[in-house]
Amino acid sequence: MEPLDIELDEGELELPAEPMHLNMGPSHPAMHGTVRMVLELSGETIAKVDVQVGYLHRGFEKMCERGTWAQVFPYVDRLNYVSPMLNNVGYALAVEKLCGLSVPDRCQWYRMALGELARISDHLTCDGAMAMELGAFTPFLWFIKAREMVWDILEEETGARLTHSFGRIGGMAEPPTPDFKKLCLAALPEILHIVEEGERMLLNNRIFLDRLENVGPISKADAVALGWTGPCLRATGVSYDIRKAHPYLKYDEVDFEVPVGTRGDTLDRFLVRLGEIRQSKRIIEQSLERMADSGPVNCDDPRVVLPPKSEVYTTIEATIQHFKLIMEGAKVPAGEVYSYTEAGNGELGYYLVSDGSGTPYRVRIRPPCFQIVGGVSKLIEGRMLADIVPTFGSLNMIGGECDH
Amino acid sequence: MSQLVLDKLKERFGAAILETHSNFGDDTAVVDAAQWKAIAKFLREDPALDFDLPVDLCGVDYPNRLPRMEVVMHLYSIARHHRVRIKARVGDEDMDGAELDSVVSIWPGFNWLEREVFDMSGVRFRGHPDLRRILMYPEFEGHPLQRTYPADRTQPLVPYRTEDEAGMPLNKLEPFGHDEGMPFGRVGPHPHAEDN
Amino acid sequence: MGDMSNANRSLTIDGSEQGFATTKVDALLGWARKYSLFAYPFITACCGMEFMALNSPRFDLARFGAEAPRFSPRQSDLLWVVGTISQRQGPVLKRIYEQMMEPKWVFAFGTCASSGGFYDNYTTVPGIDKIIPVDVYIPGCPPRPEAVLDGLMLLQDKIARGERRAGVVKPRVDPAEHVKELVQLRRSANDPSELAPGLLAGVRK
Repeated sequence: MEPLDIELDEGELELPAEPMHLNMGPSHPAMHGTVRMVLELSGETIAKVDVQVGYLHRGFEKMCERGTWAQVFPYVDRLNYVSPMLNNVGYALAVEKLCGLSVPDRCQWYRMALGELARISDHLTCDGAMAMELGAFTPFLWFIKAREMVWDILEEETGARLTHSFGRIGGMAEPPTPDFKKLCLAALPEILHIVEEGERMLLNNRIFLDRLENVGPISKADAVALGWTGPCLRATGVSYDIRKAHPYLKYDEVDFEVPVGTRGDTLDRFLVRLGEIRQSKRIIEQSLERMADSGPVNCDDPRVVLPPKSEVYTTIEATIQHFKLIMEGAKVPAGEVYSYTEAGNGELGYYLVSDGSGTPYRVRIRPPCFQIVGGVSKLIEGRMLADIVPTFGSLNMIGGECDH
Repeated sequence: MSQLVLDKLKERFGAAILETHSNFGDDTAVVDAAQWKAIAKFLREDPALDFDLPVDLCGVDYPNRLPRMEVVMHLYSIARHHRVRIKARVGDEDMDGAELDSVVSIWPGFNWLEREVFDMSGVRFRGHPDLRRILMYPEFEGHPLQRTYPADRTQPLVPYRTEDEAGMPLNKLEPFGHDEGMPFGRVGPHPHAEDN
Repeated sequence: MGDMSNANRSLTIDGSEQGFATTKVDALLGWARKYSLFAYPFITACCGMEFMALNSPRFDLARFGAEAPRFSPRQSDLLWVVGTISQRQGPVLKRIYEQMMEPKWVFAFGTCASSGGFYDNYTTVPGIDKIIPVDVYIPGCPPRPEAVLDGLMLLQDKIARGERRAGVVKPRVDPAEHVKELVQLRRSANDPSELAPGLLAGVRK
């Protein structure tokens, strides 16, 4: 090119720049469900982002008002669909709080074991998907293989791989199978081995660490003010875990730690989840040791628990009880209650309003990732476009839960 | 659950606290809607209460009484381990006057929650930076979680294909009619308040 | 929506195409298309988890040549609609379908995509066939990966035949005729309480 032979100021050569609007989603290549981010970019840097959720709004709360209390279980499964057992247990606990019931010990250990298996499945999926989106396809497949082992156990217990609808008010749908303990104890070391292999592959990789470290940080105060809970909050350094702070089921009788991060960046969120998988394994092992091999799983209250089928076919009282429970629903006492458990993403709360009949008056779910995704703009603004992928992946936004 | 929270509220706000109860272990206070923001600020800033985690905000519709819409806010304090539920009732039968002050300036976490309450229940929040629908699309009319909104009234954005266009039947069989799956003896307006 | 006259011109292939020399171009095209489907995974909800499982080594969609996801509608020919489509998502789905180029096929994965599932309410499209034409419907909530693979094979048969009509297709094999061959997954034949050997496949000893 010929050299310029006129003197020019720097400013005159600059091209006029306008921010570029880029639309990410709602059909997202990163398999997170559907979120639309309208970005205003200047170069590669994000000036503003408008996160639009609601593309998977399925009217869960309205549907609950049309059925019975027990008919809510399938809807609840499909909220956080990577760890449906935790949602089931949370809802069952909420209704039991309203009814004033407490389930037998065997059921509590069983719920804990299944819930922690679901938590393992959730964290494996989140971390695997995050690795995949950064290009590391192999650890994703390994984690999915580990997840298949968890799903095999859940399928053996509940009959379904993903959406079990296994919880019931006052207990569970079926007692544990005789092989449950054997299966879990065989699978858990294997799952941990796969997690360790994945870790070795990822955490020594300079590129992976560079893409996660110091990306999308958030401070403790900001995270708390935004209503964050769960692994995303614990990555910032706040060790708020409902299983420790307000123990439910038998969490106060098992020994486990709560992994806590320091900087609140994407790497910490990734590592906190891996740490939680290990703690979940400890909890499951202890629960299985303590769980009795025989004994009732459902509590004895005829107002909420279905009678055994053999009695339904032979005695009239059981037939009537069965009929009333199925057709009219369990008559839960009038009142309102807010019950919360530690789900895969944080504090999963159910605010139930009952008018004393078998139909719920209002079922409100407090989705943990709704608040978390509400804070995404704080994490991404000022960073580059490519940082959205690991940051958003580390938040584990589950569309069914966020958009309920 | 301790009574500390409710006692301090009653002490500070007196008549603005209309009712309190601790049924099922949850401390609840029904407050005057005009004092919503002041009470929220007190709960946040008082050192003994220290409610720093915004947990939830939702609307519950009681169309048979006035005011009709009850806005329910749950708060938690991480340091003190206590929770509280604050409720306020707004709105008449047509949802006129269903307005509350926004508490986004106190807890940024309520930004999306208030948008959701607006979207689903129709309560407006004064002072909210960006009050628009969040779960439904902007062209949607009505507020779905109000009890008077029929559950199956759809407002499609894309007109449905006709059977001629498709060359095959598109409507699935309804073996039991539109009452299928509904419990007997349910209380409340029929979810199909109007025919499709 | 496809060329209806194709149905008359192409051959019906039965049996395997391998080692079967054809002279009809349609048959060759059908064979090539069905074993090299480029998928556009339009994933919204829980069925996405089964879709991930489908791509994983255990159920291995790659055996069918259909594992390559192309995240641009211009480059894909099979639209996997996985999960519930809400009314808000409807225009997006339609737009993506319209942007795909012929020949294209649509796979309704799951009950929510086939008929709206149990979300009979103000916000769900009661089946994506209200918006776009669908070739194969896979019921299930979520469907087992084996069911999806069965549907994929049905779709492959359909592509091989060059058929463009939407809707219900007969299963390839009527299970009632093959009762004795049904696989017992859980228990071995000798001892009912013994775990079936393949249950924890991949577990190292």
